[in-house]
Amino acid sequence: MSQTNENTQPDYHVVHIHRDDFGSKMGLWLFLFTEILLFGGLFILYAAYRFIYPEGFAAAAAELDVLLGAVNTVILLTSSLTVVLGIVALQKNNKKLSLFFLWVTVVCGLLFLVNKYFEWGAKFHHGIYPKGPALQEMSEGEVMYFGLYYVMTGLHALHIIVGLIFIGVVMWQIKKDVLTSSNFQRMENAGLYWHLVDIIWIFLFPLLYLIH
Amino acid sequence: MSSNNNSEHHDQPGEGHIAEVHHPSYGINVLVWIGLLSLTSITVAVAGINLGSLALTVALLIALVKSMFVVNFFMHVKFDNKIIKLFIGVCMVIFIVVLILTFFDLTFRY
Repeated sequence: MSQTNENTQPDYHVVHIHRDDFGSKMGLWLFLFTEILLFGGLFILYAAYRFIYPEGFAAAAAELDVLLGAVNTVILLTSSLTVVLGIVALQKNNKKLSLFFLWVTVVCGLLFLVNKYFEWGAKFHHGIYPKGPALQEMSEGEVMYFGLYYVMTGLHALHIIVGLIFIGVVMWQIKKDVLTSSNFQRMENAGLYWHLVDIIWIFLFPLLYLIH
Repeated sequence: MSSNNNSEHHDQPGEGHIAEVHHPSYGINVLVWIGLLSLTSITVAVAGINLGSLALTVALLIALVKSMFVVNFFMHVKFDNKIIKLFIGVCMVIFIVVLILTFFDLTFRY
């Protein structure tokens, strides 16, 4: 055995990669569960106050632009698709296509944030902000709704920003060949995080925008 | 010889599990995306109809179906290790138990 080793290749060519992709994925899933419980708490709070103030919630939700919410839903769903396609492209060893798909994701994420900026801006303009003139004339239920609206969409937007940074790091590492068709778990993890943020929006959209 | 070493090291105990590709395909993901967009337009359309108390149930059911699609296909859980499905199940049960307990309190109080 040692003889063949000496004859063919020196010992230092035997590489022990210290890598556990499944452990890495499981770790990210555990983190996602803490995220679900974080947003879950807010969803339970929402359910409780909507139960107590059904009219206030319906009146306040009527102030939201359903079209803008729907457009943002389509944008996020599309960005989720392009992340998956980016992973498929990397697995098929197509680095350029993978980076292209991730660029589309980043653009979608930024578009989502721009829409959010205009949406929040319009609310502020109408005096709906803490101690704002319009908010002070509203009923208790409407005030509760807007409190939850700002906290939930704000926390969600924060997650979009974190997801974009995560995807940016992954893009850099694909560019530098750190992540390749045989080493893509970190990219999958970034994708899992992005999809969770998408799922949260899937629930936020009907609950915040579509109350009648 | 060295390539042999490389493929063997998957099976060595204590070396960790290296992820392998499960037939990556663009098509199925695009189909799921089309399904998700259709469900989104259905939610918006249904919200316009006056369903009364059913409206919330319908909206939540559609959102649930959409997230099942995302979890199973985009997040690959359908093709993944069973332990992750178990984790998700436990997490959902905890969430639903807390939700139900909250409503026990609310319905008796209001």
